[in-house]
Amino acid sequence: MNRILAGTPTIVRRAGWAAVLVLAGVATTFVLPAGRIFPFSQFVVYLGAAAGLTVLMGLSGQLSLGHAAFMAVGGYTMAFTQNALYERGFTVAPPAGGSGRFASAAPPVAALWTLPVSLLAGVVAAVLAGALVGLAAARLRGPYLAGVTLTIGIAVPSVTATFAVLGGEQGFAVQVPRRPSWLAADIATEAQWRAWLALVATAIMLAVLANLSRGPLGRDLRAVRDDEVAAALAGIPVARTRVLAFVVSAASAGLAGGLYVYLTGTVLPGYFSFTTSLFLLLAAVLGGLGSLAGAAWGALFVVAVPIATAELVGALHAGPALAQRLAGNLPLALLGLALIVVTLTARRRPRSPGWRAVRSLGRRGQDGRTPSGSLHPSAEDDRKVGAAP
Amino acid sequence: MTWLPVHPVRATARAVAVAGCVALVAVLGACSGSKTPAVPYVAPQGVSEKEIVFGTHQPLTGPAAAGYSKIAAATKAYFDYVNAKGGVHGRKIIYRIEDDGYNPANTQTVVRKLVEQDKVFAILNGLGTPTHSAVLSYLKDAEIPDLFVSSGSPAWNQPGKYPGTFAFQPDYTTEAKVVGHYLKTASAFAGQKICSFAQDDDYGASYLTGLETGLGTPVTARATYVTSNPNVAPQVDKLRDAGCDVVVLATIPSFTARFISTAAKLGWRPQYVAAYPAGEYGTVAATLGDEKDLLEGMVGAGFLPAVANVSDPWIKLFTRINQDFNGGVAFDGHVLYGMAVGYLVVQVLQKAGREITVDKLIATLEKGGFRGPGLVPFSYSATSHAGYAGVRLSKVTGGVQDYFGPAYVTDAGSAPVTEYTEATATPPDSGIPSA
Repeated sequence: MNRILAGTPTIVRRAGWAAVLVLAGVATTFVLPAGRIFPFSQFVVYLGAAAGLTVLMGLSGQLSLGHAAFMAVGGYTMAFTQNALYERGFTVAPPAGGSGRFASAAPPVAALWTLPVSLLAGVVAAVLAGALVGLAAARLRGPYLAGVTLTIGIAVPSVTATFAVLGGEQGFAVQVPRRPSWLAADIATEAQWRAWLALVATAIMLAVLANLSRGPLGRDLRAVRDDEVAAALAGIPVARTRVLAFVVSAASAGLAGGLYVYLTGTVLPGYFSFTTSLFLLLAAVLGGLGSLAGAAWGALFVVAVPIATAELVGALHAGPALAQRLAGNLPLALLGLALIVVTLTARRRPRSPGWRAVRSLGRRGQDGRTPSGSLHPSAEDDRKVGAAP
Repeated sequence: MTWLPVHPVRATARAVAVAGCVALVAVLGACSGSKTPAVPYVAPQGVSEKEIVFGTHQPLTGPAAAGYSKIAAATKAYFDYVNAKGGVHGRKIIYRIEDDGYNPANTQTVVRKLVEQDKVFAILNGLGTPTHSAVLSYLKDAEIPDLFVSSGSPAWNQPGKYPGTFAFQPDYTTEAKVVGHYLKTASAFAGQKICSFAQDDDYGASYLTGLETGLGTPVTARATYVTSNPNVAPQVDKLRDAGCDVVVLATIPSFTARFISTAAKLGWRPQYVAAYPAGEYGTVAATLGDEKDLLEGMVGAGFLPAVANVSDPWIKLFTRINQDFNGGVAFDGHVLYGMAVGYLVVQVLQKAGREITVDKLIATLEKGGFRGPGLVPFSYSATSHAGYAGVRLSKVTGGVQDYFGPAYVTDAGSAPVTEYTEATATPPDSGIPSA
């Protein structure tokens, strides 16, 4: 493929790959049973957020333990923008097909164009938040950075739960656009349509992330990550580069947060809890820090394991008491087990630079230097992969 | 009567249906009767000739699992009891219970699975305010009935906005209005300083609104807490320093126990009045352990018969069903609650008739007139989807929580608090409501 496309500009090639991803995703929504569409959309959203996190950790070597907070900023901003636009009267007639009492209670729905606007607003807000945190983060290392992001990850959901204007613990309903009327119900359901839009938005974001990480910014990030003094001597503005990494990563999380709100039609603190932050971290680490494809595996794992274990427990026909005990706990145990196994066995991944950020939590001052992360395989890296035990 | 399911079925299945219909003609003499309906019956999602499927989201694990996890099992036990006696209109009631761990993000996933994969007819008794809020508008958009939400938030009573959503228990404002009215009128509390200790959320806020409406005056002092901070000593100090005689607790059971225990350690024992979610004696006493004597004299509120009253015919019936169909788990307020939900569902299904549709279900509910184990009637009408219309007050005496005085009814708005004098219903001999 790459050889065929040899003459075309990189950006066009990436756009092509993004289009292929979207088409594959759309096809998937037709293969999956109806009840699996929503988990699939969740996977797409988590993939976006995990990809942003893996760029931050793998490429810039900075750590964020509270990435769901950026999702919350994006999600809540998207929600407020969407409702404000709706109240301004940017609406269309409700979709036909409502019956009886429900039809009489069907108010107009938000126009489709409001969605990209509100998503963009969410991204902008997340960018601002990312810049703010990034400014602090640029001065912090290892456990101190972890501490700050941890605080943010715990504080933001609590703040959203506390203030009445943010809807408190039960959040509020968001007026999101429905499936357009030209799309007949027997072709695609509402859930499928929402999955498609999430796919498109996430694919665009992945293309941008890939482009950034392989362009000048990515080069600067790796230079700063590997040796700040050398990078500064080479004329790279160290602090600004580190802040930029946070901004880019927060932007992807903000988009993911907005998409999650779109998928569910509601916004509440529970979506962006500290557990979500840890799941994103888990997805990024499981897939291999710094690897966009790895983020996909990680996100898939995080979404699929709880479902698979729930089905397993159901299929076991265990007694109600045992099933009850297994229901919520088994997925967590399996995720933990997988993390341990991956850490012990995937030798190449733990050596990636972002991993040092995680490890430095336990071992301050340790700073073994390895070449670039797997997001950016050089010829040298390729040889090493081949030679890996 | 022709049988036209929404989803195409194989011709053989249809042939069976037709054959069944013909057989029915032979037995009953008429299939569609003389009053032939103009439109043939189209079964909604989740309703087939032999089954009707309900689904629910419950905290089977996580922080809210204690106690609450028994509710859905009890409802299912009641359905099993009814199914063993032939079901409703020849249909067995299937109840799919999904665990959301009291996490709204999980609620999103499991409710979508119930609706889109398991194809339930309705969501029943979904538990929790934050969790159920997450799926409220989804269920409306999907046009899935959302029956008897297991929470006292006033949000479930918005028939104009959410026509398919119905509450079950009295909302917090209604309950607190009755409590406020009682504190204002009872001679024992004349001239006493009434204070409140409430959860800092929708629950605490709507309870306080009702309390102050019932009292007719603001409380002397109010303190709040958040569940993430277990230290309540500052709040105890504040209320004691304000000279409170009565502390109204709009709390969750763990914080009911925490406040009472902390106050006792600081040498203070005011009169406690606990909201319905705060004061289930069994749960709070278990948390307090050796200190459970501190609950003596605590005033509470409820809308179902007292569990301790073993001579009550409802308690007798449900204890028997609990023994036969629920593995004989300890019979407490949660089991009773679950059974009461099941009873109401069967009653509604009976009244809605065999050719049930979503609209017919809603119309049946809005017609009202349901009598079951409740001490007060339901508020259901075309303009109200609120649940039980009031409460009766209870008191802990000698370790037993039992009712005293009359039951009261009111609403979450400006209706006065009035005594409810009608006698409570008795269960039919079969234990199954008729149409």
